[in-house]
Amino acid sequence: MGQVKSLADLRKIKEDLQVKMSLREKSNNPESLVQVKVAMATCGIASGAKQVMDFFIDEFDKRNIQAVVTQTGCMGYCFAEPTVEVTLPGQEPVVFGYVDAKKADDIIEKYVKNGELVEGIIPVNYQTIEKK
Amino acid sequence: MSKFKMHILVCGGTGCHASESDMLLDNLKTIVSDKGLDGEVQVIATGCFGFCEKGPIVKIMPDNTFYTQVTPADAREIIEEHIVKGRKVTRLLYVDPENKETIADSKHMGFYKKQLRIALRNCGFIDPENIDEYIARDGYEALAKCLTEMTPQQVIEEMKKSGLRGRGGGGFSAGLKWEITSKSVSDEKYVVCNADEGDPGAFMDRSILEGDPHSVIEAMAICGYCIGAAFGLVYIRAEYPLAIDRLKIAIKQAREYGLLGSDILGTGFNFDIELRYGAGAFVCGEETALIHSMEGLRGEPTVKPPFPSVSGYYGKPTNVNNVETFANVPVIINQGAEWFASIGTEKSKGTKVFALAGKINNVGLIEVPMGTTLREVIYEIGGGIKDGKKFKAVQTGGPSGGCLTEKHLDTPIDYDNLVASGSMMGSGGMIVMDEDDCMVSMAKFYLDFTVEESCGKCAPCRIGNKRLYEILDKLTQGKGTREDIDSLRNLSHVIKDTALCGLGQTSPNPVLSTMDNFMEEYLEHVHDKKCRSGQCKALLQYIIEPENCVGCTACARNCPVNAISGERKGVHIIDQATCIKCGACLEKCKFNAVFIK
Repeated sequence: MGQVKSLADLRKIKEDLQVKMSLREKSNNPESLVQVKVAMATCGIASGAKQVMDFFIDEFDKRNIQAVVTQTGCMGYCFAEPTVEVTLPGQEPVVFGYVDAKKADDIIEKYVKNGELVEGIIPVNYQTIEKK
Repeated sequence: MSKFKMHILVCGGTGCHASESDMLLDNLKTIVSDKGLDGEVQVIATGCFGFCEKGPIVKIMPDNTFYTQVTPADAREIIEEHIVKGRKVTRLLYVDPENKETIADSKHMGFYKKQLRIALRNCGFIDPENIDEYIARDGYEALAKCLTEMTPQQVIEEMKKSGLRGRGGGGFSAGLKWEITSKSVSDEKYVVCNADEGDPGAFMDRSILEGDPHSVIEAMAICGYCIGAAFGLVYIRAEYPLAIDRLKIAIKQAREYGLLGSDILGTGFNFDIELRYGAGAFVCGEETALIHSMEGLRGEPTVKPPFPSVSGYYGKPTNVNNVETFANVPVIINQGAEWFASIGTEKSKGTKVFALAGKINNVGLIEVPMGTTLREVIYEIGGGIKDGKKFKAVQTGGPSGGCLTEKHLDTPIDYDNLVASGSMMGSGGMIVMDEDDCMVSMAKFYLDFTVEESCGKCAPCRIGNKRLYEILDKLTQGKGTREDIDSLRNLSHVIKDTALCGLGQTSPNPVLSTMDNFMEEYLEHVHDKKCRSGQCKALLQYIIEPENCVGCTACARNCPVNAISGERKGVHIIDQATCIKCGACLEKCKFNAVFIK
């Protein structure tokens, strides 16, 4: 993408990106696309978030599941690192805490494939800014 | 793909567990399988919902129904009515205490509003290494709005109206600071972001830089536009390698997009940012010391005035704000000052990020509107004290702050209330202490920190704090006298009055504040040579109760310093002069004969 030259430019880019991101969220192919966000701040990485993220990327590939795995910052649940947010198509995101390779495997096998929740869910308890 | 149609989430947090949530969970599971719903409905225990006062909590997904105070006997009704027939169990729904309406959907409940994420809005949501995700979440829109639709003076007015105060600790109005710097006349000016987060236990700024670096970059550019600066510097400690990496990536991406550099958005405004690394000295969080450190000089503070707004980096007007302060700016511009000013208390607007640490269940990062009480933070958001112990105090404001005790639990947290309670906001570290923590040792810990971090320029701080530390150490060794307590107080006041900069002026605060709130503990250390928490090892005595001792010799055989004597099958005795208080005898004794006095 080139340089942003004006406010109009910026707004246009934003719209394009929002379409792209919502495509990622509400894919035409809702059966297939799973979103996984791994909290990769210092706290997460120190407790093994990198290995967990690699595990998700490798295993989705091996098990032939179409998924987007991205990193993000600290979700604030430092007591339960590594934390991972999983969004199944058309569903609310669920945050899992204390995720290691074994738990990640459980999440893929049980939650992603089957919709079955696994232990270690962290209820989200905050509010975000509402658009005016 | 999902075979399960419904999920029943049962809170498994400490609070709900105490009110039989485990039995409730079992009942729900049994009834689900009785009804043959095994493959369709899943029952699972989750972490704490943070709503312990109305526990146990049950949440039904996907319809987001939220049941409170559910007993094990309610399990059948929930399954038969809600799950099977699709009718909500009204009597278990949450009732809003204000308007008495029942609320089914958890998103509308008051407790969700306990935390409001403004500074942390993108943390844990976007990929910090991808500028596109930031832009898609209104990123750089505030900068564009300022550059194209507003004059610098209008932006400053908006900032002043918002009531945003410096989040680094002092609480000075950010808008006013911008105004003063903008009025200083000079050919060059600078915007500095203070990312030298040094309080023990504080990690808010690091998390913002790691999770949402663009928000700080955007705000610095806005500040540059307001004060007339073309250059920004982020002073960040080298101990934050990940934050540094992410910032570098973010700056590079912003330059590629033309959002940093020359002629930004075709408006003729130029602004660029560079990083300066600190070596992690606590005093460099003080703005004059920080500026000296950036100039390559020793990180020593100088007397204010002149303030950096008049004469800062290389003698030029410099606007220094903290990371969290900057992170609030784009939202204020986008949503409006009035919106921001509607959150918080009369004199403290907006939200504050706190890093919860210490003896608390949910260690982590939270963001609450100003005016939230300590009780809400500790018990509802923080999930209460670890292992069900009793709350004793919370230290806020780091080594410059003080401790708040049980009587402060219901005080709304804002800048002025914290000062009135004998502590301060500081940068937002909250270290929670329980009954096992000794307050004299706590004061000693912070003095140890200040002694290490004192730059040594002025005598009160360099020598005075060392003496304070020595007296505290004497107390914890059980060698203190009544006079020591008086000298502690006098010396503390002298240091406060005479030290050169904020570090020295505030370093005795932990001593004064613990003396105000926990004088009885100080007196016990002196008169009774006793530490009620058992943390001061020198004051403990391991003693063998003759009635319980059977003379098995297990303790004597395991004592590393041979302090225990006694015949086989006879009563054993610990020689207190030799004992090193390791606790091995207590651990080995099978007859409960060893105890601590």
